Amino acid sequence: MSSKIVTLNGNLAIAEAIRQINPDVVAAYPITPSTSIVEAVAQYVADGVIDSEFVCPESEHSAMSVCIGAAAAGGRVTTATASQGLALMWEMLYIAAGLRLPIVAAIVNRSLSAPINIHGDHSDTMGARDSGWIQIYSENAQEAYDNFIQAFKIAEHPDVRTPVMVTFDGFIISHSLETMRIEDDEEVKEFVGEYFPIYPLLDTETPITAGPIDFTDFYFEHKRSQLEGIENAPKVIEEVGKEFGKRFGRAYGFFEEYKMEDAEVAILLMSSAAGTAKETVDELREKGKKVGLIKLRVFRPFPAQKLAESLAKVKAVAVLDRATSPGAQGAPLFIETRSALFDYPKRPKIINYIYGLGGRDITPQHFHEVYAELERIVHTGKVEQYYGYINLRE
Amino acid sequence: MVRLRELASIEDKLVSGHGLCLGCGIPIILKIVLRATNDPVIIANATGCLEVCTSRFPWTSWKTTWIHSAFENAASTIAGIEAMYKALIRKGKIPKDKKIKFLGIGGDGGTYDIGLQALSGAMERGHNIVYLCYDNNVYANTGGQRSAATPLGASATTSPAGSKIPGKMQKRKDLTQIMAAHGIPYTAQASPHRWMDLYNKAKKAFEVDGPAFLNVLTPCPTEWKYDESEGIRIASLAADTCVWPLYEVENGKYKINYFPKEKLPVIKWLESQGRFRHLFKEENKWMIDEIQKSIDEDWDRLQKLTQL
Repeated sequence: MSSKIVTLNGNLAIAEAIRQINPDVVAAYPITPSTSIVEAVAQYVADGVIDSEFVCPESEHSAMSVCIGAAAAGGRVTTATASQGLALMWEMLYIAAGLRLPIVAAIVNRSLSAPINIHGDHSDTMGARDSGWIQIYSENAQEAYDNFIQAFKIAEHPDVRTPVMVTFDGFIISHSLETMRIEDDEEVKEFVGEYFPIYPLLDTETPITAGPIDFTDFYFEHKRSQLEGIENAPKVIEEVGKEFGKRFGRAYGFFEEYKMEDAEVAILLMSSAAGTAKETVDELREKGKKVGLIKLRVFRPFPAQKLAESLAKVKAVAVLDRATSPGAQGAPLFIETRSALFDYPKRPKIINYIYGLGGRDITPQHFHEVYAELERIVHTGKVEQYYGYINLRE
Repeated sequence: MVRLRELASIEDKLVSGHGLCLGCGIPIILKIVLRATNDPVIIANATGCLEVCTSRFPWTSWKTTWIHSAFENAASTIAGIEAMYKALIRKGKIPKDKKIKFLGIGGDGGTYDIGLQALSGAMERGHNIVYLCYDNNVYANTGGQRSAATPLGASATTSPAGSKIPGKMQKRKDLTQIMAAHGIPYTAQASPHRWMDLYNKAKKAFEVDGPAFLNVLTPCPTEWKYDESEGIRIASLAADTCVWPLYEVENGKYKINYFPKEKLPVIKWLESQGRFRHLFKEENKWMIDEIQKSIDEDWDRLQKLTQL
């Protein structure tokens, strides 16, 4: 098969990537809206399309535990989940990162209970933002597919050896059909390459003790050395994104700048809402408004300096978060961004909006309102409210 | 049949220098179980006494491959390792004739309680693994809290004997029966005082094709409150009073491996340990009859199961 244009939804795009990569072990538990990834993989295995060992554990906690055992044993491992499933994995996420196991997970962003809701927001992965995993957010099915393929190369890089979660919005991307490009099987395999585990448990000629207990004498040093993986990640993420571009024609960085060259005001956000925002930018640009957009791709490690350099050029920026951080000074993306700008003498006014919780729509009209507010801030020089909500009945 | 001399000549996979209590039953059991196969063994160890006392960085007591991940997931961790083994054999990345045994280990807290779901899942999925529960009837690592394996009437720090409530008021969960109900090829209950029986059961568990479960009574001087030298004698009292019958379930067939010549009254077992001391107060003596009744019923039921 050569590269071809197909119509797929986000979940089946991930399943295609899994088919092409043919990981050694896939362990996953069904949860809406990620289930169809798992079902597709099960069918590939049932039909002998891939020869991965497919494990159906009795919970997401066990799914991640199986992934940890399998990755420590020495091989390529992947899983998929969403929402409560990721929350149930939470304990094990830290252990996967702490053991430096390059597991790749597809996370279909979905809100967290209570109240229970199956639709997309970023509460689940934002809850895991300090688990030690690299987090890459995708706007659409194409990006989800591209990011997922790159994720193995990033996670397994000897300087990184850190698990990666590739996320995309539940239903909006996971279940919506999209015209996209699937690359040639062999090209993808070649791009991802062979994986060479270090200290695999299955090398029983060299017995090791993995995951021992640390007390006050070593824990701190081990946690510090763990950070090196994610500190080394930016260079690797950049290289892999460029290499992907060279091979497949779609290059990736830490974020995408849309009409930012001469922008005076900007919106910063992540994932699927970027499509609607870009349309609004186009409309306003036609009217001569100097508006721009930044769509962040890599939330962990947070590209603070690069992002601040880009945002320091505008006069006002609205950070749109699809999650909350109750009791904090704004939502996660806002807090990170404002902190990144702190050292810049000429920094923009910055405000925070929460949008789309539980899958609530965000439309071009809402983006128009945000840009209008930014213009007002530039005009008056005053921020009246640094924190607000979009499309919420109050 | 293996001779003791032969077993003694095999190198230990768990070596001395660990921090387990004087008189602890766990290393005795491990040394017997790990001698029951000549193949390399990979261990996934749940959080607990064994894990904490054998892996303190930068030292290790393990001369075999060992991993600790978390408390409730030794079964799913070992299942993941076994899954990778199968995948790499199939993909030709490791030689087809490379034999490895996969052993999950947890205490009763990590197995009866917090790890039961993961264990049940791994057994149902049919991984070729052995799971060993060292059942010392209590959360010993955290200082003696009651678990689902703590027996009726025992005093534990979260089911203490008080002036109103005489210790734990619930029966133990019968985990061996729960595991047998999974229909796995091999389930057994054993004790370190009959080391040959334990060895034979471990050997069978390693050799069957599919999941196997071993539940081994593990005397704990610290929490059961007896003199460190008494552990093996106390384990034999558990078998002689039928508090802990030694039996196995092989492909659905029950077999009792030890019938006491004379079934001792449970009071012999209760009086051997400080955790039951309060039962001998006048106002609590009714409990001893209750415990005896419960043990007699369980022993009868087990004997009936062997006739099926």
